Amino acid sequence: MKRILALVMVFVLALSLAACNTEKTGDGKDPKSEGVMTYAEYAAAELETPVVIEAFVQAKQAWYEPAATTSIYAQDADGAYFMYRIACSAEDYAKLVPGTKIKVTGHKAAWSGEVEIVDATFEIIEGSTFVAEPLDVTAMLADEKVIEHQNKLVAFKGMTVEATKDADGNDVAFLYNYDGSGEEGSDLYFTVSVNGASYSFTVESDLCGVDSDVYKAVKNLKIGDKIDMEGFLYWYNGVNPHITSVTPAK
Amino acid sequence: MKNTVKKIAAFLIAVCIVLPALVGCHGSRILEPFVMPEELDLSREYEITFWAKNDTNILQTRIYEKAIADFQALYPNIHVNLRLYTDYGKIYNDVITNIATRTTPNVCITYPDHIATYRTGKNIVVPLDELFVNEKYGLGGSEVKFDSPTPAEIIPQFLAECVLDGEYYAFPFMRSTEACYINKTYVEKLGYTVPDVLTWDFIWEVSEAAAQKDADGVYLVNGQKVMRPFIYKSTDNMMIQMLRQRGAGYSTPDGEIQIFNDTTKELLFTIAGHVKNSAFTTFKIDGYPGNFLNAGQCVFAIDSTAGATWIGTHAPLSDISEDSLVEFETVVRPIPQFDPEHPTMISQGPSVCVFNKEDPKEVLASWLFAQFLLTNEVQIAYSQTEGYVPVTSKAQNSDEYQDYLSRCGEDHKTYYDVKIQAAKLLLANTENTFVTPVFNGSVSLRDASGQMIENVTKSIRRKETVDEAYMEKLFADMTSLYRLDQRSTEGGNTAGNKTELGALPAASVTLLGALAAAWVLIILYVGIGFIKKAKK
Repeated sequence: MKRILALVMVFVLALSLAACNTEKTGDGKDPKSEGVMTYAEYAAAELETPVVIEAFVQAKQAWYEPAATTSIYAQDADGAYFMYRIACSAEDYAKLVPGTKIKVTGHKAAWSGEVEIVDATFEIIEGSTFVAEPLDVTAMLADEKVIEHQNKLVAFKGMTVEATKDADGNDVAFLYNYDGSGEEGSDLYFTVSVNGASYSFTVESDLCGVDSDVYKAVKNLKIGDKIDMEGFLYWYNGVNPHITSVTPAK
Repeated sequence: MKNTVKKIAAFLIAVCIVLPALVGCHGSRILEPFVMPEELDLSREYEITFWAKNDTNILQTRIYEKAIADFQALYPNIHVNLRLYTDYGKIYNDVITNIATRTTPNVCITYPDHIATYRTGKNIVVPLDELFVNEKYGLGGSEVKFDSPTPAEIIPQFLAECVLDGEYYAFPFMRSTEACYINKTYVEKLGYTVPDVLTWDFIWEVSEAAAQKDADGVYLVNGQKVMRPFIYKSTDNMMIQMLRQRGAGYSTPDGEIQIFNDTTKELLFTIAGHVKNSAFTTFKIDGYPGNFLNAGQCVFAIDSTAGATWIGTHAPLSDISEDSLVEFETVVRPIPQFDPEHPTMISQGPSVCVFNKEDPKEVLASWLFAQFLLTNEVQIAYSQTEGYVPVTSKAQNSDEYQDYLSRCGEDHKTYYDVKIQAAKLLLANTENTFVTPVFNGSVSLRDASGQMIENVTKSIRRKETVDEAYMEKLFADMTSLYRLDQRSTEGGNTAGNKTELGALPAASVTLLGALAAAWVLIILYVGIGFIKKAKK
């Protein structure tokens, strides 16, 4: 009896591991369901037109209680999407872990250059999952074509932390809010450079709060630090990545 | 058995006595009304919290910090803890949350609309009438250690905005209105002259002209592929002011909803027509008006006078890259009017309220700090951070402030011309300002008024049909979404009205359960005793 029980347990364990592996090896290339756009079709769609997409959640912002909404960064094998203030119950919000497949119905819009899906609803699709590998866009930052990767999970390698001026004209490595008017819990802004050009990067507090590793890491930055970063290629009148990870440059 | 029952009954009775006290500590017990103490005991320490809003502007943060430091130098025993917000909505949500747990701040920057909701909790916000005129600690009182204004020195229009149900529940901190920031260079290029008072007809006509493109989709006025001729930042204000100017219904002072009327419909149809021709859009749909204006992609940008430092080619604050800035002449005018002979515009801006606490002396200490925000030093410094105006005649008439106004355009920082023009606009039109009635639910009505413009604008852009049936559905949707049909029309303050309170808190359920169990056991005990006695 004991032997049979042991065998059953080993079998169950093997099945569990197989299931885990399946989740990790998703490639985001699932065929789209009927009536769902491919990424190319979405990219070609006019602004203000209805869109239906399927993609995999990469990250979510805080849940906005009064209206029961959140904002989601999602991606498939071909491109990325940002869902702004999508209707979301507290129960569904808990289920939106990275990799979760969702079908989104809404309208394509653009706000200050950020292409997004608004007035949207979603449903969770059980089954396959996909967590994107960050795409290194460091060399593309100065290239106008970097916009083609808008909203994707991206990586920046070997960038240098530049001095940012605070309100008193002091050189600092980061600011709470763009001008230092915030406090602990506000968005963090810092300047990084590569190939002679500087860029403003943000830790969006609704995405990575004060307890997150990246929030703490940015607070510990020193001017001149060489760092690698990951984040989402958000847009606000130009490149304005929402950074999710900062580590010393390798 | 008898002893055991006795013990259980005694325990439950004790629970019944102690539990209400514990539950009371957590907020369900009603605060006593604030009673003015005779003296402020300055031999003890006070810890007060101040929730402040800034416009994501470091100078404003610094002024709050300096105000606290200066106040604490005068009152070393009163310690003020600052918590910063950049959004009125977040302050409102946090206050609502903290009312339930009795952890409201002591002093808070707020809007009277919000106070109307705070007041649905009993004795939550302190009425200020008595504090204003108290001989020792009131405005200009004998025991006040700083030079505060008298009640008569607060601009009457601004102070009147803080009256709810006949009492002052706040006082104004700063005031602003909306302004139309205009690319004069483009208006003249289109063959028009900017009038002193804009009309809606003028703004629509010029916007339509600015929306003209060539065969390649390039706008004729700016030579770019992007042009948003007319952008409105706050569509709530747009609808509210248009209705006011037309003399149409919005709400009564006691909260009867009147916004769903024929004038509203007519205005929405007019807006829809201009959206169709790409002449009009909104901040929520496209982005900040100032950013488009500064990039030469907008002709008329309507935003708060408190946003003036972001507007114009040489604006001290900017959200767009240097290479996107376009050189043009900016002029500032009041918002467009239907009747230019009688201009009307909204008054807005932060007010200050004081929250009630169990210790009246703590409230008095809070009031003293709140009052400090009305000193010339704070008023003038804060007003200079944006196109705000001070709320006291004492500050407005001071040499320092008059000197500031006279130096308009001297630099692109403190004396930035667009900012000072915006402030002057309100100073010249204080008599022409108005506010909407405040009642529990007025926040929702305000949201609905703007949402109607947003929905119509989106629908037209999405090529949906906007007709009578659409309007009927829109009115019904807004009524339902913002629960505008669930309001009492019998009184502005619904504090005494019945409202849906939801499920009982766990502590209350426990208490009621304990009470029920105690009564069952008491009856059981008495019953057993009675039976035993009867058997004997």
